[in-house]
Amino acid sequence: MRNYKSIFTNVDWFTILLYLILVFVGWINIYAAVYNEEHYSIFDVTQRYGKQLMWIGLALLIAFVILLVDSQFFTSFAIPIYGVVLLSLVGVLFLGVKINGATSWFQFGSIKIQPSEFAKFAASLALAKYLSAINIKMKDIKTKVMAAVIIGLPAVLILLQNDTGSTLVYAAFIFVLYREGLSGNILLFGILAILVFVLTLIFGPVDIILTAAFAYIAIYTLMKYDVKVAFISVLVFSGLVYAFSHFELSPNVLYYFLAGAIFFLMVYLITKKEMKNKAVHYLGILIFILTCSYVFSIDFAFNKVLKEHQRTRITVLLGEEDKLIEQIEALKVERDEEGVSKEEKQKIRDDIGAKRYSLKELRQGNGWNIKQSLIAIGSGGFTGKGFLEGTQTKFNFVPEQSTDFIFCTIGEEWGFLGTFFLVSIYIALFLRILFLAERQRSIFSRVYGYAVASILFFHFLINIGMTIGLAPVIGIPLPFISYGGSSLWSFTILLFVFIKLDSERLLVLR
Amino acid sequence: MNLSSRKFIVGLIFLVVGILFIIRLFNVQILDDKYKSESEDNVLRKEIQYPARGLIYDRKGELLVYNEAAYDLMVLPRQVKEIDTLAFCKLLEIEKEEFLKKFLEAKNYSRYKSSTFLKEISSISYANIQEQLYRYPGFFVQTRTLRKYPRNSAAHILGYIGEVNQKVIDNNSYYKSGDYIGKSGLEYSYEELLRGTRGVKRVLVDVHNREKGSYLDGAKDTMAVTGTILYTTLDIVLQEYGELLMQNKKGSIVAIEPKTGEILSLVSAPNYDPNMLVGRAVKQNYPILSRDTMNPLFNRALMAKYPPGSIFKTVQALVGMQAGVINEEASFPCIKSLVNCHNHPRATSVSSSIKMSCNPYYYSVFKRLIQQKRAKSIYKDSEIGLGIWSKQIKKFGFGVRLATDLPGINSGYVPDVGFYNRWYGEGRWAFSTIYSLSIGQGEVGVIPLQMANLSAIIANQGYYYVPHFIKVIDKVDSIPYQFARKESVGVDKKYFLPIVEGMYRVVNEPGGTARRAKIMESILVCGKTGTAQNPHGEDHSVFIAFAPKENPQIAIAVFVENAGFGGTWAAPIASLMIEQYLTDSISNKNLRKQQRILDANLLNVKVKK
Repeated sequence: MRNYKSIFTNVDWFTILLYLILVFVGWINIYAAVYNEEHYSIFDVTQRYGKQLMWIGLALLIAFVILLVDSQFFTSFAIPIYGVVLLSLVGVLFLGVKINGATSWFQFGSIKIQPSEFAKFAASLALAKYLSAINIKMKDIKTKVMAAVIIGLPAVLILLQNDTGSTLVYAAFIFVLYREGLSGNILLFGILAILVFVLTLIFGPVDIILTAAFAYIAIYTLMKYDVKVAFISVLVFSGLVYAFSHFELSPNVLYYFLAGAIFFLMVYLITKKEMKNKAVHYLGILIFILTCSYVFSIDFAFNKVLKEHQRTRITVLLGEEDKLIEQIEALKVERDEEGVSKEEKQKIRDDIGAKRYSLKELRQGNGWNIKQSLIAIGSGGFTGKGFLEGTQTKFNFVPEQSTDFIFCTIGEEWGFLGTFFLVSIYIALFLRILFLAERQRSIFSRVYGYAVASILFFHFLINIGMTIGLAPVIGIPLPFISYGGSSLWSFTILLFVFIKLDSERLLVLR
Repeated sequence: MNLSSRKFIVGLIFLVVGILFIIRLFNVQILDDKYKSESEDNVLRKEIQYPARGLIYDRKGELLVYNEAAYDLMVLPRQVKEIDTLAFCKLLEIEKEEFLKKFLEAKNYSRYKSSTFLKEISSISYANIQEQLYRYPGFFVQTRTLRKYPRNSAAHILGYIGEVNQKVIDNNSYYKSGDYIGKSGLEYSYEELLRGTRGVKRVLVDVHNREKGSYLDGAKDTMAVTGTILYTTLDIVLQEYGELLMQNKKGSIVAIEPKTGEILSLVSAPNYDPNMLVGRAVKQNYPILSRDTMNPLFNRALMAKYPPGSIFKTVQALVGMQAGVINEEASFPCIKSLVNCHNHPRATSVSSSIKMSCNPYYYSVFKRLIQQKRAKSIYKDSEIGLGIWSKQIKKFGFGVRLATDLPGINSGYVPDVGFYNRWYGEGRWAFSTIYSLSIGQGEVGVIPLQMANLSAIIANQGYYYVPHFIKVIDKVDSIPYQFARKESVGVDKKYFLPIVEGMYRVVNEPGGTARRAKIMESILVCGKTGTAQNPHGEDHSVFIAFAPKENPQIAIAVFVENAGFGGTWAAPIASLMIEQYLTDSISNKNLRKQQRILDANLLNVKVKK
């Protein structure tokens, strides 16, 4: 059965078509992003577009070779491959060259290789191998720990290279684990934690707690059919808010008063005699208190634990220039107050300095980049400015145009039509991979397929989210599109190994 | 729990993110317009193309005003990044404080609009700055032009340009802050012709503010149109000669071509070098000039009002003959008790009265003009007489604003009935009150231009064109209608003959008051001296003249303050001017006369208390 004919008849041509479209779109837009009139030929190998064509050629060769290889190879060599990649990740820490602050490149003459790009592939293989072993159940603590170690090892090594963006990608494996039986609560918990984190930063801890508590009481009382109490509490709350805005009371006084009132109400509801099963109520209170502490800890972590540049990324994302200015002004007042000791003054001064730096970063650094990126995409309109006509792109207003911000070029020159098309192609690819993964007989193939989809999705989420101001500025490439040999090859290997596994799904009974 | 149903959850998460992205993209790309304009703001820079201001030539094609390139450093605060301020200040040769101050000013003006940061950088430092400028995003250089005056003279006529003030900006949408506008002289009068039309060039710039080509291939650009070239009536050689003669004197010279009203030269002394009021130097020089007690900025030829003195007698004679109160043979005794006079034989005709400038003669002429016996009361009679007289005098261009093409001209003053009624009360004045008008003293005031115009009227024997400076606008041979219109003075031509004859005798006959004005036998000069009484000091010396007698080419008025009798200083100056104009040189015979004038310093004449 194993002849060339069967190899190509069984592969999923639809996935390959989507892959080719993305690669082609990438090449064309790299041409537009770095176009210069002196090197107008798209085949000019001194320019990035010419080079990318070479990388694409090599990637296709790699894809072809992968399709030739027996899929058994990947299952058998999953762990050795993982081992080799881990070694190279360690090696790069000592032998690598530093580019943009990250020590993640091996240099061989003029060719640079980034092992962390291949680590995703290796981790996927290893995880698939581990989870497909007999008697492995996600419920077991041991399984969870092992899975975490397999994912965590490369992540930590990459973090040591000072490449935060690539490290974050490993969070994508949570989808794989979820599919294999990890409690949905953990996924939900993760999403909720992120949501609360962002909301807290936007609205401040007290507001979030108040809102949460109010919602809790409303839902709780409604569930108990105590419409009267629900109605009264809503009335009291609204009345207080009205009174607050009417008499312009200091917000803090009102917030603490409200918080106290709500807490009292809760205690009253819980200790009511008719209510049974008090344990549940106490649990409710406990959750409430935990939420409160989480919310306050976010505030604390954000302001005291995070480094200024990390804070900036988030402030940029939230577009909180005004808030920052306000804080600086408040600190200034504090500094000039009488009776502040010298040490305190110095501390305040340091704070002001840090915040000023943030503000500058916001206006000129990441904030400026995001703004220019949004301008590029936004100015594309419905049909775009036309191929090679993007002014934001051509005149270098957008940073890293051929790599991390390639989506801007697409948005500017091809407009909403282009971005809609690209997002659709990606979603189609992800769903197709999920579909293919689900039809696998072997757990190995399925886990691996989920890993592929999740990794690609995470890149898509962060990269495009960043360019349109929905995600923080984290420099990771857009799969198959961004310029760069390492990332193109690693994504190609990642995908085509899965296509190969899928093409031989009927042969295996694992 | 069936785990395979979880594929839907994972798929749903992917799908939701995709949909969220598409909604966001729809918002950003289609619903929100602001990014489009922001992207244009990023790359589009409007560059104003300043047209070269029109050149000004004299009547013989000598260049009087041209342009020299100057470079202004502009700043667009929004685009200014962290720069090495010290290096930048060093490059611009300014202090750091100045840099900060100017930058703050620019920021206060607008963060998004460019404004001038440093004006008029020399072309040498411009070359330096341009080379380094790419390091300082937000700064760019705009070229504009400065006026240059190669002949260093005729400052009062040419005027100067300066930055527009807020009032002009408010009233005229053409001008923007920092633009230049004619502030005085011809630069002011012909501003709209000289300034040309501004153009706008839209260029694309990259993130470093480097030009990357034109927008839409220049389809929306407009070209700057160079200002119109003005050819003036001025004879710059004569003008310079006049300024030379007037050195160390106060006063003015006005020379007109009588046939056309073209002003050949208009000297006001003391004057200044027009290049003093160019560009950055203005700030320094203007206060110096304006505080100078000699008042060099004051254009005496147009703004100073003097009593005309005896030159006014020509007018009185003409008006008298036209009114029929005298004829050319009229003879009046020189009765010094009426009005003071010098010793001379009796004037037995109009022409001899002009020659000898007899004061009592004109006392009598004026008396006949005022008291024409049209009413019984001498008061009423004087009122009627003065009414007719002042109307007639104004026809000579006295007491009215001569609509010439320089700003700020004074109208002079001719008293009328209303004036004396206000001054003395109605019915409380008569001829005896106002007789000093007869010899050009008293309330009558004229400006030097009007004196020259009188000379032109006599040369033309009865008419004048409003004196003007414009000869040709651009290349079309047309001047404004007001300057091409013959103005008649309402006195018949025949009455001018005795006046011309008298003025001829003033210069050429023994006993004439201005023998010094004689040039040579071949050029017959006609002239009339005057001595304007000056209550504040030495009398002013006045002389009007035209030449040659037949077919006059030049009419001139010379007014020298505090120089005494008209024949002493004003007459020789006028004769030198005429000789220079008619022969392009000064004959050997008259060199001594010239030297005497050049040596004279009449500035420090003692002032009477």
